[in-house]
Amino acid sequence: MTEPQTQPATQDATQPARQGEPLLSVRDMEKHFPVTKGLFQRQVGAVKAVDGISFDVYKGETLGLVGESGCGKSTTGRLVTRLLEPTGGQVMFEGRDITHMSQGRLRPLRRDMQMIFQDPYSSLNPRHTVGAIVGAPFRIQGVQTEHGVKKAVQDLLELVGLNPEHYNRYPHEFSGGQRQRIGIARTLALKPKLIIADEPVSALDVSIQAQVVNLLEDLQNELDLTYVVIAHDLSVVRHISDRVAVMYLGKIVEIADRKSLYATPMHPYTNALLSAVPVPDPRGRAGRERIRLTGDVPSPLNPPPACRFHTRCWKAQEICKKVEPPLAELASGHRVACHFPENAPGTPDVPAAGKDEPVTA
Amino acid sequence: MSPFLDVKDLKIHFPTDDGLVRSVDGVTFSLERGKTLGIVGESGSGKSVTSLGILGLHKGRGANISGEIWLDGEELVGASQEHVRGLRGKKMAMIFQDPLSAMHPFYTVGDQIIEAYRIHNKVSKAVAKKHAIDMLGRVGIPEPGRRVDSYPHEFSGGMRQRAMIAMALSCDPELLIADEPTTALDVTVQAQILDLMRDLQREFDSALIIITHDLGVVAELSDDILVMYGGKCIEYGSADDIFYRPEHPYTWGLLGSMPRLDREPTERLLPIKGSPPSLINVPPGCAFHPRCPYAERTGDKARTVAPALAETEGGHLVRCHMSPAERRALWENEIKPALETP
Repeated sequence: MTEPQTQPATQDATQPARQGEPLLSVRDMEKHFPVTKGLFQRQVGAVKAVDGISFDVYKGETLGLVGESGCGKSTTGRLVTRLLEPTGGQVMFEGRDITHMSQGRLRPLRRDMQMIFQDPYSSLNPRHTVGAIVGAPFRIQGVQTEHGVKKAVQDLLELVGLNPEHYNRYPHEFSGGQRQRIGIARTLALKPKLIIADEPVSALDVSIQAQVVNLLEDLQNELDLTYVVIAHDLSVVRHISDRVAVMYLGKIVEIADRKSLYATPMHPYTNALLSAVPVPDPRGRAGRERIRLTGDVPSPLNPPPACRFHTRCWKAQEICKKVEPPLAELASGHRVACHFPENAPGTPDVPAAGKDEPVTA
Repeated sequence: MSPFLDVKDLKIHFPTDDGLVRSVDGVTFSLERGKTLGIVGESGSGKSVTSLGILGLHKGRGANISGEIWLDGEELVGASQEHVRGLRGKKMAMIFQDPLSAMHPFYTVGDQIIEAYRIHNKVSKAVAKKHAIDMLGRVGIPEPGRRVDSYPHEFSGGMRQRAMIAMALSCDPELLIADEPTTALDVTVQAQILDLMRDLQREFDSALIIITHDLGVVAELSDDILVMYGGKCIEYGSADDIFYRPEHPYTWGLLGSMPRLDREPTERLLPIKGSPPSLINVPPGCAFHPRCPYAERTGDKARTVAPALAETEGGHLVRCHMSPAERRALWENEIKPALETP
C-alpha cells in the first residue's frame, strides 16, 4: 500500500512542545449557520454552533469531546474533517492549513483523516455489499493494493473481528454491532492517522458497546492511531480518552487530561455533568448529593452573553453576565473558562449557598 | 394478601411468516404499591413487549398471550379489550421513550391531557383544563397556564418528557410503566426527570416499572430488578442482589461491559462475546449458552436443556445450570475482583 507523502510540518510557536507536534491544531474555530427569513432569504441571525474553540490533538492520543446535545461537538467533528467549512478561525492538520482548502486539494488529505459515524444503519449503503463498502476508499482514492482489493478488504474485516467470508453479504444481514465494525473497517482502509469518531457506540447495546470500545483501543495500539472521540456518555469518554474537552453552547469550558478532569473538575458545568450521571450502586444513592441544574440548555441561536453557563449556574454573579471568562490554565494542562472555578489550586473557593461538592469518586 | 401487580408465567408470542417469535417466554414477577421494579435487558430481550402486554396493548393484534396478569385482584389476560381500555390511563399508565412520537403533533399538549382526563372523569372541559394546568405545574413546567396551549414541537426534549409524565399521571394511576423514559435525554435533564419520577412516586404511592438498558438508571430508582435475555427472565432479585451478589453470567457480563464513573477506570472492559439472539431463532437449551464463558462447565446440558428459574436464597431467582455454590464462588473469586481492580 502506498504511503501518502507528508510535508514537513511547520512549528506552531504559540504552543509549547508537548508530545512533539500536534497532529491536529484548531485555533478560534467558528461555525455560524445563517438563519434566513422571507422571500429574499434575508439573514436574520446566526446559530453559533461552534463559537471560537481552540485545541490540539497530539499523535497517538485520544481526545474526548463531551457535552449535551446542541453544544456543537458534532459540528466540531465535521469542521476538523472539513465536511463543513469553518466560518472563522483556523484548522491545521500536520502543520498544513486546511481551513479553506478546496475539495480537490483536500481529497488526498482525506486518506489521513477519517470519520466513524454514530448510526451504523444509515451510514452504510444498503444496496452495496460489505466488500463494496469497505473497498470503496481504495477505489475513490485510486490506491493500488498488493494482492487486490478483495484481499485487502478481507484483511480489514478480520482486523475488526468480522468473518472475511462475509465479503459478499449486505449490511442488513448484520447486527448493529457488526455494522459498526463494518464502518470501522471502512474507516481503517486507507490507514488514516486521525480518526474522528462521532458517538461511535451510543447506538449499540451495552454488551456490544464494550466490544467496540475495546476494539477501538486495540486498533489504536496496533496501528498507532489518533482519535477524537465525540460522545455524550461521560463514563465511556473517561474510559477511552487521554484528554477530555467539555463543551457547552459552542465553547470549550474545560479541557484537561482525563485524570484531573474527572478527579478535580473545575468548571461548575463539568461538576454538574459528572454528578448527574446515574451511578450503578444502589447502596450509594441515599447519601449522594446531586447538583440539580434547572432548565435546559439555552438555544445556540441566542446564547446568553458573557459566560454562557451563567443562566444555569449556582455560582453565577454579576461579573459572569458581563465578562466572558477566558479559557485559562489553572493547573498544569488543565484549562477552565470560569470566574469562580471549583477545585482550583491557589484560588479561594467561594461556594454559593447550600451547594456542596458533588460526590463523583 | 396477594401483591398489587402479580405477573405469572406471561408468554407473548407473535406468529410471523418466518416462524413464531417468542418475544416474552415465561416472565414472572410481582410488585407492590410504592415500589419500583427495574426491567433490564438489551434490545430484543422482550422488556418492552412485556410492558405493553401488561397494558393489554397486544390484544387483538395477532399475538398469542398466555399466563396471568393480576392487577389489584383482577385478571387482565382473559379480560375483554373494552375492560382493559377502561383501566388503561386510569389505573395504569405508560411513559414512552420518545415523547415527540408518542404525542400527537396537531393537538396542543393541554388538549391531549384534557382528552385523557375526560375519558375517565365526567367533568367539563374547563375543569379538565384546570387539572391539566395543575398537572403541568406539578411536573415542573414553568408557566403552566401558558404552556398548556403549546404544541409538542414547541417544547424542548426534557419539557416534552415532563408533559408526558403529566399526561400519564393525570388520572392518578396506581401502576406506572416507564419505557426508557430518559434514554433520549441529556444527562443533566435525565437527572431532573429521575428526581421528578422519584418524588412523584412517593407522592402518589404508585407502583412503578422502569424499563431500561442503563444499569445506572435502574440502580437509582429500583427496589427490585428483573434481568431479561432472549424473552426470558434470567435473574430476578432485589437491587442489592443484582448489583452486589449477581449470580447469572449474563448479569456479570452486563456489569463488566459498563465503564463506571464511581470506580477507578479499569484497563479494559470485560464485554460479553457475540451478540444477542434473534427471537425467531433462540438458541436451544440455555439461550445464553453461545455467549456464556462458563457453558462448558455444565457439559451438554447448556445446549440441550433449558434451565429453570430457581431460587438461590431470599427471593433471589436465577436461571442457570450451574449450582448456586459454584456461581457464588465464581463471583467472589473471579468476577468481582476483575470488575474492581483497575
